[in-house]
Amino acid sequence: MAAIKAGEEYGFFTDTSICIGCKACEVACKEWNQLQGDSPAFLDDSYDNTGSLDAQNWRHVKFIEHVPDQSATAGNGTAWLMMSDVCKHCKHASCMEVCPTGAIIRTEFNTVFIQQDVCNGCRNCIAACPYSVIGMNQETGTAHKCTLCYDRLQGGLEPACAKACPTQSIQFGPLAELQQAADVRLATLHSQGVTQAQLYGRDDKVYGGLNAFFLLMDKPETYGLPNADNAKLPSRNDLGGYLGAAVTAVLAVIGGLVAFRRRGMP
Amino acid sequence: MVFLAEHFVRSPQWTWYILFYFFFAGIAGGAYLVGTLLRLSGDARDEPAARVAFYVSLPATLICPILLTADLGASWWKFWHMMVDVTPGDTGLNFKYWSPMSVGVWALLLFGFFVTVSAVDAWMRNRGGGIIPMVVNRAFNIIGAIVAIFIASYTGVLLSVSNQPVWSDTWVLGGLFLASGLSGSAALIALLIRNRPEAGFSLGRLHQADGYFSVLELALIIVFFITVGAAGALARELPWLPLWAIAVAGVAGSLVEARGHMRMRAEGGSGTVAGVRLDTVVVSVLVLLGVLALRAAVIFSAQ
Repeated sequence: MAAIKAGEEYGFFTDTSICIGCKACEVACKEWNQLQGDSPAFLDDSYDNTGSLDAQNWRHVKFIEHVPDQSATAGNGTAWLMMSDVCKHCKHASCMEVCPTGAIIRTEFNTVFIQQDVCNGCRNCIAACPYSVIGMNQETGTAHKCTLCYDRLQGGLEPACAKACPTQSIQFGPLAELQQAADVRLATLHSQGVTQAQLYGRDDKVYGGLNAFFLLMDKPETYGLPNADNAKLPSRNDLGGYLGAAVTAVLAVIGGLVAFRRRGMP
Repeated sequence: MVFLAEHFVRSPQWTWYILFYFFFAGIAGGAYLVGTLLRLSGDARDEPAARVAFYVSLPATLICPILLTADLGASWWKFWHMMVDVTPGDTGLNFKYWSPMSVGVWALLLFGFFVTVSAVDAWMRNRGGGIIPMVVNRAFNIIGAIVAIFIASYTGVLLSVSNQPVWSDTWVLGGLFLASGLSGSAALIALLIRNRPEAGFSLGRLHQADGYFSVLELALIIVFFITVGAAGALARELPWLPLWAIAVAGVAGSLVEARGHMRMRAEGGSGTVAGVRLDTVVVSVLVLLGVLALRAAVIFSAQ
């Protein structure tokens, strides 16, 4: 890969069709970012031992095990779906939109980054993130998520998860190059009859496009991703919310004035 | 964490501090508006109750930043980052008009000014002379009341401006919190003046106002359930039905009490008879519990 340069757009293309669920990405992420991980917990309905993205898990390989029993050929067992999930680094980021402190910024690599020294732990970003990416670290009192290895990029290194991925399910690079690669891969799969394959976040239908986009083997909802109809920014409710309050205020003031109007008798 | 079809979000864990902040913000904003409306009625006999309203809004406002700061946890000492951006190379004041939390912080600061001046002025007036001439005071109160309306309502809008189930599925929360806050503050002021002869004139009028606010609240509760139901999130409310029942009981109490006072007034009676005082205690406590229960039901149903 060419040298990583500030001012260029970088991201991830995660091809779930070749993810084997090894979780090497999770381990590499924790290793580089010195994340301790969560305490072991019993996840009774899954072979996944991570659970979800949070303050300690900035990469999470989702196991989608509850698909109908079917196999490519007889005897191959249940067809699980696997997906190495991560912060999407949205072009129109909900977290960044609502952050009241200015802690969430867009870096020189066009990624979304939470400044730990600025964040004050209000958790508005957690309420806003439609992907359940951001978690609260109670010890630091700040919100945490994938930085797209900002420190490694500044040093000219690719992110740890992409470096560790043994199947190249996670590819890192300039966004334009990744999009080209994704288009080629999708065309290949479609030509092989895998018509359910689709790209998620490659175009601008979801939050203006995602810097970390995916090739999925089912519809987005199956992976816990909002589809284009449901991918909306929090600010969509500003106008309706304030308008509802304003109408209520007018009616309440009228009601109050009627109740308190001057009268002759007590 | 439970997922609905169209929401794949994590809850922000806004719990007790935020619940009580929402409660006190509703009471503080509501009390200031009720005080202003009492003063605008033009009847000097409402002035003692108006002053009580301004007294109520002061402690209710002062506790708000304490609750908000406590909610920040280990980063409590960075509360001022809400107002000042300390990003290296991009320092300056923080204000995002599209983020209710950002606007709310500044509004709370501004409201603190109005509330403090009005409460001090009311205290001075009770001792012979206010700090602002009454004509100017009314204009001051009107501007303060606009900020008060924002304080009592923006907390609902803040919830809606998210991607959380229930909260973001309805536009009604800002208005609902405002109506509920007004009802609660009218009930609280009635509770506080019930044994003060100089303010007794306003008692029945406060219950009547509470009745009007409760009609609004009831209508908005119905709209809330319709909008949330349309979004497919109604099941999230089921575990919280006991809290909704308390909220509705408060509304019902207000309506019954208001109807009694309106009838009493139509017959030429006074709202300060001894029997009314007991009603006031029962109804006001019920209404205040309802204000708290409503906010708890909304906050917890999404998390």
